[in-house]
Amino acid sequence: MEHIVIIGNGISGVTTARHIRKLSDKKITIISAETEHFFSRTALMYVYMGHMKFEHTKPYEDWFWKKNRIDLKFGFVSSIETKSKTIYFENNDSIQYDKLVIATGSKSNKFGWPGQDLKGVQGLYHKQDLDNLEVYAPNNKVCKRAVIAGGGLIGIELAEMLNTRNIPVTFLVRESSFWNGVLPKGESEMINRHIKNHHIDLRLSTNLKEIISDENGKVKSVIIEETGEEIPCDFVGLTAGVSPNIDFLKNSDIETNRGVLVNRYLETNIKDVFAIGDCAEQREAIGNRRLIEAVWYTGRMMGETLAQTICGNKLEYKPGHWFNSAKFFDIEYQTYGWVFSKPKEGHQHFHWKHNDDTKCITIEFDSETNVFLGINTFGIRMRHEVFDKWLTEKRTVDYVMQHLVEANFDPEFYKHFEKEILSTYKSQLQTV
Amino acid sequence: MSNKLNYSMSLAKPDAQNLSMIQKIAVFLGIAGLFIMILALLNVDFPNKAIFLTLSLGLIIIGTVIFSRDAYLKKTEGIKNDGVWFKSISSKGILAWATGIILTGFYIVLYFYAELLGQGSNGEANTGVISLFDPLSQLLSGRPASQWFVYGTLYTVAILAFGYKFMLKYRHNRYEQLRTASVMFFQLGFAFLIPEFMARLNESPQYNLPYYDLKSMWPLNYYLFDSWSINGFLSSGNLGLLMLLFGVISIFVISPILTYKYGKRWYCSWVCGCGALAETAGDSFRQLSSKKLSAWKLERWLIHTVLVFSVIMTIAIIYSYLGSDPNKYWLTRPVFLISIGVFLTLVFALIMIFKRNELGKDARYGAIGFFVVITALFAMHFTGTTDEIFLIKSSNLRSAYGLYIGSIFSGVIGTGFYPIFGNRVWCRFGCPMAAVLGMQQRLFSKFRITTNGGQCISCGNCSTYCEMGIDVRAYAQKGENIVRSSCVGCGICSAVCPRGVLKLENDSMKGRINPNEILLGNDVDLMDLVNQK
Repeated sequence: MEHIVIIGNGISGVTTARHIRKLSDKKITIISAETEHFFSRTALMYVYMGHMKFEHTKPYEDWFWKKNRIDLKFGFVSSIETKSKTIYFENNDSIQYDKLVIATGSKSNKFGWPGQDLKGVQGLYHKQDLDNLEVYAPNNKVCKRAVIAGGGLIGIELAEMLNTRNIPVTFLVRESSFWNGVLPKGESEMINRHIKNHHIDLRLSTNLKEIISDENGKVKSVIIEETGEEIPCDFVGLTAGVSPNIDFLKNSDIETNRGVLVNRYLETNIKDVFAIGDCAEQREAIGNRRLIEAVWYTGRMMGETLAQTICGNKLEYKPGHWFNSAKFFDIEYQTYGWVFSKPKEGHQHFHWKHNDDTKCITIEFDSETNVFLGINTFGIRMRHEVFDKWLTEKRTVDYVMQHLVEANFDPEFYKHFEKEILSTYKSQLQTV
Repeated sequence: MSNKLNYSMSLAKPDAQNLSMIQKIAVFLGIAGLFIMILALLNVDFPNKAIFLTLSLGLIIIGTVIFSRDAYLKKTEGIKNDGVWFKSISSKGILAWATGIILTGFYIVLYFYAELLGQGSNGEANTGVISLFDPLSQLLSGRPASQWFVYGTLYTVAILAFGYKFMLKYRHNRYEQLRTASVMFFQLGFAFLIPEFMARLNESPQYNLPYYDLKSMWPLNYYLFDSWSINGFLSSGNLGLLMLLFGVISIFVISPILTYKYGKRWYCSWVCGCGALAETAGDSFRQLSSKKLSAWKLERWLIHTVLVFSVIMTIAIIYSYLGSDPNKYWLTRPVFLISIGVFLTLVFALIMIFKRNELGKDARYGAIGFFVVITALFAMHFTGTTDEIFLIKSSNLRSAYGLYIGSIFSGVIGTGFYPIFGNRVWCRFGCPMAAVLGMQQRLFSKFRITTNGGQCISCGNCSTYCEMGIDVRAYAQKGENIVRSSCVGCGICSAVCPRGVLKLENDSMKGRINPNEILLGNDVDLMDLVNQK
């Protein structure tokens, strides 16, 4: 029986395993050094916030794996010998594979800041990060102030988390406005205000210079690059993005760049070795997508595709229209299609914001053809299916504005804003 | 908050230290209100009962209101589940156990030892806590209070006060606000005030109406067809007849239509009194329901067994009420039994013919099993094998149901165990009404919870906060709509979802259930290949 070994029990690896099991009777082993069972990484924040216990983040009950004959192995892979198809563990254990899937995800970026390895300094990605957070920032007596460096999705989540335990937070953002490399100005500035409304000390255009240690090797304070200001703190969150977690492949024959290099079939340079999820790097970009996509949904989609290939139905990885979502404190964010922070050449933005400063949308469209290209929506839920269809049908922005109500996904009895949006649209840039 | 999961049962560190000063004052006021009742319970004879009762209830309400305002209005609008699993009361800590034990004790006393509360028997005046409620009862119905009046008042006060709290907690969510306003209205009006006024009507000799919660339908209201109830209706002129008619029409016409259009939520989380208490006072315990597959299995067997029990019991009760003389009344025992038999067979046959494929294996076996048993009992009766309709005397059946299901299951376990098993134990495992509505919701209803394409991140908030123990995530992460008989449509899964994945809605029957192996967002050909199978 062919033995499929998957390194990594995150959404990518587990999706692959589940689909292989649906399609075949192959022997499947999932290896992890993080947790015994699959959990939802994106839900770790809710455990710290007390919304859930860790066990609630596990999408399948513990009996699921045995019932579906998916073997789980807890261990840290130290190296891979692709000629003999052998995986070696840190404790000198080893196993053989027929096909290998690398789905090891990411690790938090550290850009060489002095003091970045001190106690109380960490990113937020792994279960272990959550455990450490309970050690260094369990409450506002142990942690009198926390500093977060890096203004992206993980940074704002960490700020929200610490805030729920009444720990004062200073949030250092390198950019002039929160996540403005991705979000258009109006949205980014609305989120700035929302962050401040939660009493976060948001510092824009501010860089971390250095982390200072106390006599026990624990963080004592940070120094700001621009002003030289020293901010005393007991915890530093490094949230300047993530990068592929592939150090264990250094001495293998598997070709890597920032991530494991794969073609459109998710194959590496070595036969029978595949890579998916956060740790995979496409050799050529797919449309507007980045070479490495550290996103839950893309990890899952790669897993769905790869399972087909492994089970004999060789398939290219062809993600459909881009979509994503996040939540910034109380404001939900969804995006369908492509909206760039500044409209691409030949494109235009339409922006609407509600007076209460918690809802807005931005639509990107082609200035010449008026074809709708994408939407960012804040504080209003929209239907994935409808936008996916409109993007496929290449609807015009006028059509989208006229039919926006069909895409509404807010709960029943919620106030609707389509009329207001449409009239703003008409007064701003009626094109027909 | 201790910020640690409450594994220990230690008394040393209760949560009170994390309350703000205002919240502490509010708790003090509420406890002061309860303390007046405890004094009354200990037979402290208050001079002016009306004033002390007002003070007691007023302090409880004001305490809850002040607490809620301090807890929610000082924060931005949004989900307020911070620290739920750190607080002793909401994570099965020491406070939860203490509350559970006190509540359970209260129910046991209420149902079985009412004299301890001061219930006067044989026309004697009430004493104790029941006498404290005499002024209010006199005001409403002109009668002295009873243990049920005390219970009804406290029940209504709890729904109103905690309903207010719930509305503040979800002040960004109009669905939750309207739903809560609705249950508060029905509890105060239909379940509490109107029956008291009906009692006033009964002062006139023309009326003999049974104490009847107008919105409460059979089989939840299992005593609707008891002889005292029927006699009451029939001896109360046109109004009584109208009400009996309304009761029957509710069951066979109004409820099926509303459930078809809106799902069982129109009753369970918008009207029902049990649901009202669960959604308001019980809101802090919704995360405690078990989401295990094994709990779901237990649920399906238990709730349908209770349903069968209640159907058999009701048939037997009506059977013994009716005479066998066709000249006296058109509805005789044989006519009644045969028509029930035809009706049950029809329902059973229709489901088996048209909806067989939507039932799980065990559901099919269960349905066939129950059907065979009932048919056999009918057959035995008609062949003269036994005198009793269901082998046991109907009165025994009725009192067993009233004791084990009506009192112990729905009261003692259903509400007393809120802080341990969650707030919908009765609704999920026991309520025969929920079973009937649920069966219809699963098979003949427009209601579903729609999943938003591929947006689920499997975080688990929806499942955790589902009071009915539905593993919502299991569906959402498959891009599958949630069509479950137990769903009461409270809307909290949708509210707590951080990615906007869930929406309660009524739409066409077609494509209501849509399991997807591969979710929206991936290769279109692959989706077709896998999902069309």
